[in-house]
Amino acid sequence: MVLAWAMTPGSIPRINRARGLGMVEGGEALREFLIESQENLERLDQELIAMERGPVCPDAVDDVFRVFHTLKGTCGFFDFPRLEATAHAGENLLGDLREASIPWDGAVTNALLELVEAIRRRLDSIEQSGREPEAADARLIARIETLRHPDAGRTAPGADEANGSVEVPEEAQGVKQGEGTIRVDVAQLDTLMDLVGELVLARNRLDRLTSGEKATPLQGAVQRLSVIASELQDGVMRARMQPIGGLWGRFPRLVRDLGVQCGKRVTLEMSGESTALDKAILEAIKDPLTHLIRNAVDHGIESADRRLAVGKTAEGRVTLRAFHEGGMVHIEIEDDGGGIDSSRIRERAVERRLIGAEQAALLSDRDALRLIFRPGFSTAETVTSVSGRGVGMDVVKTNVERVGGTVDLRSEPGQGTTFQVKIPLTLAIIPALIVSCRGERYAIPQVSLLELVRLETDDSRDRIEWVEGVPLYRLRGELLSVVDLGRVLGEAAGDGGSSAGNLVVLQADDRRYGLIVDGVVDTEEIVVKPLARQLKSLSVFSGTTIMGDGRVALILDVVGIARESGMGTRNAERPVEVGGAKESEAESYLLVAGGDGRRFAMPLSCVSRLEVFEGGAVESTMGGEVIQYRGELLPLTRLPGGSVPGPGGGEIRVVVASDAGRQVGVVVDQIVDIVKESARASELGGGPSIVGTAVLQQRATDLLDVPKIIRGGMAATGRN
Amino acid sequence: MGTERQYCTFRVGSLSFGVDVLEVQEVIHRQEMTRVPRASTVVRGLTNLRGQIVMAIDLGRRIGLEPRGEEGESINVIIKAGERPVSLVVDEVGDILNLRDEDRESPPDTLPNSVRSLVTGIHQLEERLLLILDASRVVDFDAAA
Repeated sequence: MVLAWAMTPGSIPRINRARGLGMVEGGEALREFLIESQENLERLDQELIAMERGPVCPDAVDDVFRVFHTLKGTCGFFDFPRLEATAHAGENLLGDLREASIPWDGAVTNALLELVEAIRRRLDSIEQSGREPEAADARLIARIETLRHPDAGRTAPGADEANGSVEVPEEAQGVKQGEGTIRVDVAQLDTLMDLVGELVLARNRLDRLTSGEKATPLQGAVQRLSVIASELQDGVMRARMQPIGGLWGRFPRLVRDLGVQCGKRVTLEMSGESTALDKAILEAIKDPLTHLIRNAVDHGIESADRRLAVGKTAEGRVTLRAFHEGGMVHIEIEDDGGGIDSSRIRERAVERRLIGAEQAALLSDRDALRLIFRPGFSTAETVTSVSGRGVGMDVVKTNVERVGGTVDLRSEPGQGTTFQVKIPLTLAIIPALIVSCRGERYAIPQVSLLELVRLETDDSRDRIEWVEGVPLYRLRGELLSVVDLGRVLGEAAGDGGSSAGNLVVLQADDRRYGLIVDGVVDTEEIVVKPLARQLKSLSVFSGTTIMGDGRVALILDVVGIARESGMGTRNAERPVEVGGAKESEAESYLLVAGGDGRRFAMPLSCVSRLEVFEGGAVESTMGGEVIQYRGELLPLTRLPGGSVPGPGGGEIRVVVASDAGRQVGVVVDQIVDIVKESARASELGGGPSIVGTAVLQQRATDLLDVPKIIRGGMAATGRN
Repeated sequence: MGTERQYCTFRVGSLSFGVDVLEVQEVIHRQEMTRVPRASTVVRGLTNLRGQIVMAIDLGRRIGLEPRGEEGESINVIIKAGERPVSLVVDEVGDILNLRDEDRESPPDTLPNSVRSLVTGIHQLEERLLLILDASRVVDFDAAA
C-alpha cells in the first residue's frame, strides 16, 4: 500500500493501530482527506438528486462508485473502521447497480443519500475531535444489504467486510486532483500577498530614486521590475477569488431535503455559478444565503395542493442567480411561491411593537416588506423547526452588511418573492477601460461600455450639436446626451474645448449617454477596491484600483455620473401626481410644436431619433397610421391640433420615441429646442395623451405621455 | 507611578501634535498621490501602500489651517484607524516621546474649535505645546466638497 501524497515528514499521520482507540494525529494528509471527501460528497449529492429526477447516467454511476471505493480504501490508512464499513456498503451497492443486477429506484436513491449523510456526519466528527463516533451505522448497512439481495435473507455483514479489507485500493494512491489545480492554504496566500506588498513598496522607492535620471539601463531594469511586481500582485489577488458555485454545491441537497421535510415539491435552479468573489466574502455570506434558501422553501413555496388550487404547477421553483453589475455582485434568491402580504407584515410589526400603527400605515409597500429585517420580527407561522425563530432575517441583514453589502426584497402576493443581495466588488477583478482626463487616469467598467468613438477635430464638431448649452451627439442617427468628464470632475476646461478627444458611449441602468474624455489609454483587468468610507458620498466614483504601474486610479460610477449630469432615468416616477403639482428634478426635454404653434415636450430620455419622411410613405391601417421604418412598421401618432399633410403631401418630421423596447413616431410640425429645466407640471386636463402642463421657456407646454402614446401606437400595428 | 505612554510626534505649520504610538502603523516619506476630484481639500489623495489603497488627509486642512502650497515632499503618518489605515500628511516628524498621563492637561480655550474637537489633551513641553490628537476623530469626516 502506498501513500503517494503523504511522504513528507510531519505529514505522515501517526496511526495507532490498536483498534478501539482509533486515534489519529493527522497532519496535512488528514486535512486533505477531509476536504477532498467533503467535496466529493457534495458532488455525490448533486448527482444522486439528478438521477432521482431523471435517467440514470452511467458516468455518474461510475463516479459514485469511485467515491465510495476511494473513501473506503483511504479509511484503511487512517484507521476509521466504522467509516470504512459504511463506505464499503455503499461501494457494494454501487457495484450491483453498475452490473444492473438490481434496479435503481427511489429506495436505492434514498438509501444512498442517507449513506452520504452518514459519511458526512462521521467526517464532521473526525474534523472536530480527530476520531469517528463509536456507534456503527449498523441499521443503514443492513438496509443496504436488503436492497442488494431483495430475495435472499440478510447476508452476514462480516463477509463483505473481510473481503474489502484485503483489497488493495489502487485508487487511493494520490489524492485525485482536478486537472491543473492545486489546493493552497488561505493563510499561505495571505503571506504571499504581504510579501508582494513589501516588494511593491521597495519598487516604489526604487522608482522614486531613479526617476530623475534619463533613460539609463538602471531605469530600464527598474521599469521591468515594476511591471513584474504589479503582475505578481494581481496574480496573488486573483488566487483568492473563488467562483460562488463552490458555495452552491450544497444547496440542491438542502432544497431537496427541506422539501421532503416540509412535504412540498421544490426544485432549485442555479445560474451564474462562475461569478467570482473573494474567499473571505464567500465565507461571510454562506450562512445568510443558506437561511434565505431555507426561508424560500419553508415559507415561500406553498404545498402542492395549494399550488394546484391556484393554478400553479405542483412543483415550486427556487431560483438562485449571481451576476456582476454596476460594480457589485448581485445574488438573487427567487421563489414562485405565495409571496409576502405587506399588510400582514405591517400588522405583525405593530403587534410586536417595532413600529407605531400610524407609522406602519404611512410606509410604502416596499418599505413595509423591509420590516421583516428588524430584530424581533417573527410571525407565528415562521417559527418552525426548519427555519427556527424569526431571528433569521435580521441576522442575515447584519451579516451581509458586515461585508459592505445590502439585502432587499420584492414580492408579489400570490406570485412569489425575490431577495436581492448586493455585495460591492471588494476584491473582484473586472475588465475596464482606462481613460485619461486632464492628466489623470480613470477606469470605466467594461460592462457599462457600449462603444468608443474617436472625435476627430472639425469633422466631429459637426456631430456634437450644442443646443441651449446641452451637448448632444448624433450617433448613427440616434441622439445621445453627452457629458464632459472634465466638467463632471470639476476640472478646468481642457485645451481644444470639449470637442477634442474621445467619446465613450456608456450604458447606465436603462439610459445611454456619451462621456467625453481626453484620451483612451488601454483596457486592463483591474482589481476593484472599495472607496474609503469618507469618500462614499462622492457619487461619481464607485471604487478604486491600482494600475499596472502601481499608481492608484479612481473607478468611475457610470450611473452616478449620469445622475449628476441631470439625465433622468426612464424608470423615474412621472413628475405629475393626480390632483397635485409636483416638481421634477432638472431634466432634458425635447420641445416640439404642432401646426397651430402649440408647444409640447417629451423627456429627452425617451427620444431615440429625429427623422424626416416623405409624406407619401405614410400608410393607413385599421389601427391608425404607420410608416415602414428600418424593416419594421412604426406606428405614427399626430400631435393634438397638428396639421395633417396627409398622404401625398410634403415632408413630415417625426420624433421617434421609445420606451421599454417599443417605439412610436410622433409627427410634429417643428422641432423647437432642447432644454434642461426643472419642470413643475400640473394636470390641467390637457388631453388623453398629456401627462400635464409645464412652463418651459416661459411658455405653457404640454408634457406628452410617451408610454401611453406608445401603447396606443402598438394597437395600430396590431402588436402587443 | 502613573501610566506612561509613548507618542509619535509631528508638526503641521507651527503646531505640534502627538498620537499614541499604538495607533501609528508606520511613517513613510514621499508617497505618490492620486488626486480625488470633487473631494474636499482635506483629502490629499489616494496612495498605494503595499497593495492597499490608503486615503491621505492633509492634516493642516483638517484642523482648519489655510491651504499652504505643496512645499517639498510631505510625510505620511499612517494611522491604523480601525479597519483601514489612513494617512495623515504632515510637514515634519519629530521624536517619540514618553509622557505621563497625569501631566496631560485639557486643551486651552484659546484653541480654535476646529482644532479643539480633535484634541484630547495637551502636554506642556519645554519649548512648545504638544496637542494630543484623537486619531479616530481625525479620520471621521465626510469628504464631499
